[in-house]
Amino acid sequence: MKSRLPLFIFIFFCLLTLSGIVLGEPGEVFQKAVAICLSCIGIG
Amino acid sequence: MERFRQLIQLISAFVANCRLLITPSNPIYKGPLKHVCFPGLNCYSCPATPWACPLGALQSAFASLKANLAAGKINLGLYVIGSLGVVASLVGRMPCGWFCPFGLFQDILFRIRLPKLELWRPLTWGRYLSLIFLVIILPIFLTDKFGYGQTSFCKYLCPAGTLEAGIPLLIMSPELRSAIGTLFYGKFALMGLFIFWSMVTIRPFCRTLCPLGLILGLFNKVSWLRLRFHQNTCVDCHACELICPTGVFFATGRDDINSTKCIRCFRCYALCPGGAVTIEFSSIMKGELENIEGCDCNQKQG
Repeated sequence: MKSRLPLFIFIFFCLLTLSGIVLGEPGEVFQKAVAICLSCIGIG
Repeated sequence: MERFRQLIQLISAFVANCRLLITPSNPIYKGPLKHVCFPGLNCYSCPATPWACPLGALQSAFASLKANLAAGKINLGLYVIGSLGVVASLVGRMPCGWFCPFGLFQDILFRIRLPKLELWRPLTWGRYLSLIFLVIILPIFLTDKFGYGQTSFCKYLCPAGTLEAGIPLLIMSPELRSAIGTLFYGKFALMGLFIFWSMVTIRPFCRTLCPLGLILGLFNKVSWLRLRFHQNTCVDCHACELICPTGVFFATGRDDINSTKCIRCFRCYALCPGGAVTIEFSSIMKGELENIEGCDCNQKQG
């Protein structure tokens, strides 16, 4: 059982990624990533 | 193997920052690759990168959690957490040793001939504080009246952001220069501190404050790829401890070989004269461990 753990963890995170995609989260990532992040450069 | 890793690091740094046509009027890439998080610390406001930063994206999701929930929208950061988890469940913290551009930057600085200092081990707990407070708690709970938090790690700490985005953008955009203040100078000083520290101590940022490294490192013990230490073939030369860039002292039993600190550079594997360190893949179909050299590891386990 313990040695199958990587498989279960992998599947769990694949499902998490797919859930995020279904909920449109990559679009949110895109929106943030295409604007200059003033916080990241120490302004704002 | 070390030369091969360095080559991969260089290629990866180029892949992470492969946007060559940068103009002041269009400083940030806005194409489809920005949907995807690069598995390393690489600021998404860097003019040269076409990718998103997983830590920045994660903090942004947490920072807008309250406001999104109030508006009936759901963005829990599942996509970012999931994609980091997929990578980490396969190879653990290997991206830190092989793909992270800021890791490569620190490796290069350490090659400068200066007296070297060991890292004070309790400082490694800073990674937990950085992850818990700056990436999770502050962005979620320290919000404005509209319910929006801030990307606190990026804002107050991230030296990669200052180096890769702050300085190039200030050079390219004169209008931004008038907006810099104490915060920028503080971050600039912090970046300078880490640059100098990297010359005398190997990978200080990865070892003391990097939350991304910690997230990936938490998977080291349960990832598909793992290291194994065979005490019975160890010749007690302690070469592995001298060569380890992150101070994982497994031969003396002080650390686990798959500690969260291990960046999977495989220097210990390549150097060990007794072959006491092996790289193993957990066979996801059979539920057994297999050595990359094809030896019967189950027999070794016994």
